[in-house]
Amino acid sequence: MVACAVGDIEDREDVIRFDSGDRTFAIYRSADDEYFATDGYCTHEHAHLSDGLVLGDIIECPKHNGRFNFKTGEAKAAPVCVNLNIYPVMISDGKVMIDVR
Amino acid sequence: MAPAYAKRDYSLVGPNAQSAVASGLAAAEWYHTDVPRKQMKDLMQRSDSAAIRDTLIWFGLLAACGAGSIVYWGTWWCVPFFFAYGVLYGSASDSRWHECGHGTAFRTQWMNRAVYQVASFMIMRNPVTWRWSHARHHTDTTVVGRDAEIGVMRPPDLVRLFLNFVGIVDAWNAMRDMVRNAVGNISPVERSFIPTTEQPRVIRVARVWSALYVVVIGASLATHSILPLMLVGLPRLYGAWHMVMVGLLQHAGLAEDVTDHRLNTRTVLMNPVSRFLYWNMNYHVEHHMFPMVPYHALPRLHETIKDDLPAPNPSIIAGYREMIPALLKQLQYQDYYVRRALPPTAKPFREELHRAPDMGVNASGAVG
Repeated sequence: MVACAVGDIEDREDVIRFDSGDRTFAIYRSADDEYFATDGYCTHEHAHLSDGLVLGDIIECPKHNGRFNFKTGEAKAAPVCVNLNIYPVMISDGKVMIDVR
Repeated sequence: MAPAYAKRDYSLVGPNAQSAVASGLAAAEWYHTDVPRKQMKDLMQRSDSAAIRDTLIWFGLLAACGAGSIVYWGTWWCVPFFFAYGVLYGSASDSRWHECGHGTAFRTQWMNRAVYQVASFMIMRNPVTWRWSHARHHTDTTVVGRDAEIGVMRPPDLVRLFLNFVGIVDAWNAMRDMVRNAVGNISPVERSFIPTTEQPRVIRVARVWSALYVVVIGASLATHSILPLMLVGLPRLYGAWHMVMVGLLQHAGLAEDVTDHRLNTRTVLMNPVSRFLYWNMNYHVEHHMFPMVPYHALPRLHETIKDDLPAPNPSIIAGYREMIPALLKQLQYQDYYVRRALPPTAKPFREELHRAPDMGVNASGAVG
């Protein structure tokens, strides 16, 4: 499905929120201009990762500063212990498409 | 006769813990001032320079004051050196523990982890246990039965409060918990907020610390002198007063069981020395609302959102003038809290999840 347009994430090293039905996702633009997608909520508590800070390959949760690698979904620092689901991303016609099946 | 109030149960495994979950107060959505994403990203940016500078000053002063204490040991000249050393050890370690625990002080994470471990030892907080208790403090700030870090419970225990200015109750509890953890005992309360996978680390740290204290006590016995303990351990008592003085102002006398940090947290303007020792945590509403913002950017965050917050208390003394009468009143009326006025530019308080209509009084003294 189409998550956003390429230009919707204006800066490199940033993240935006994408909602679809009752699900929420985080769409990332990395420092080297690649796109990635993960679940939108932190696995620790219900905080939107899109309000957090992207530092290199890391997304830091805005609530408790838990850290994930958004490229692999790996939980990197407490208080997060459970990995984040990641989703394949494809760029087509200026659109960021994510496969959430 | 004092009015009858429902007794608050601050235990994390008691009836209030269950009712907080049932009412939706636990892990609730909290009020946040709107800050444009670009501005917030700028405020959240990490830097090593400020924290490296401050840490070098901190350790440098500790070393200098520690050396002065040793050189002048046995004379009255050691007193000012111990006074400064104690505050640097027993108070400044609190804010270093806190900021490095959030992982925001330094950009480089190993530096956060290293200072966190050292500061945890100095402030006598198990770095694993307290990482999780502090996460809970941010999820459920001053929610009764959920927050493990409520400094002044109602009705206020004034004796305990005074004793903590010299760390007596805190340090005793910390030592008792360290020994209990070191023999492999994790309490039911600790189990309620520390994940099972992390609990062995609690025990490991407690054992290392116990060994360190055995060495220090052994050094004191071997030298027939209290000096080793005056440098390691006891500063947590004689130097705790500044941490308690500024820490009490964070939440005491304000609301419980709300989901708006403007109701339960206090920002107090302070002198530069206290702000250095406290690493700007006097901007406490700002910190709770946006814990991603590092300590060195909190003054900028304050300027950004102050029109949506109650006016800060202009000094430590002003903060105490507000807090002490509230605590005294809570001895009799447990539901009493100080309800500060919001500026006309602010959005209203978020109160829909209040458990019961508390009897609040706003800054002008009117019942809220």
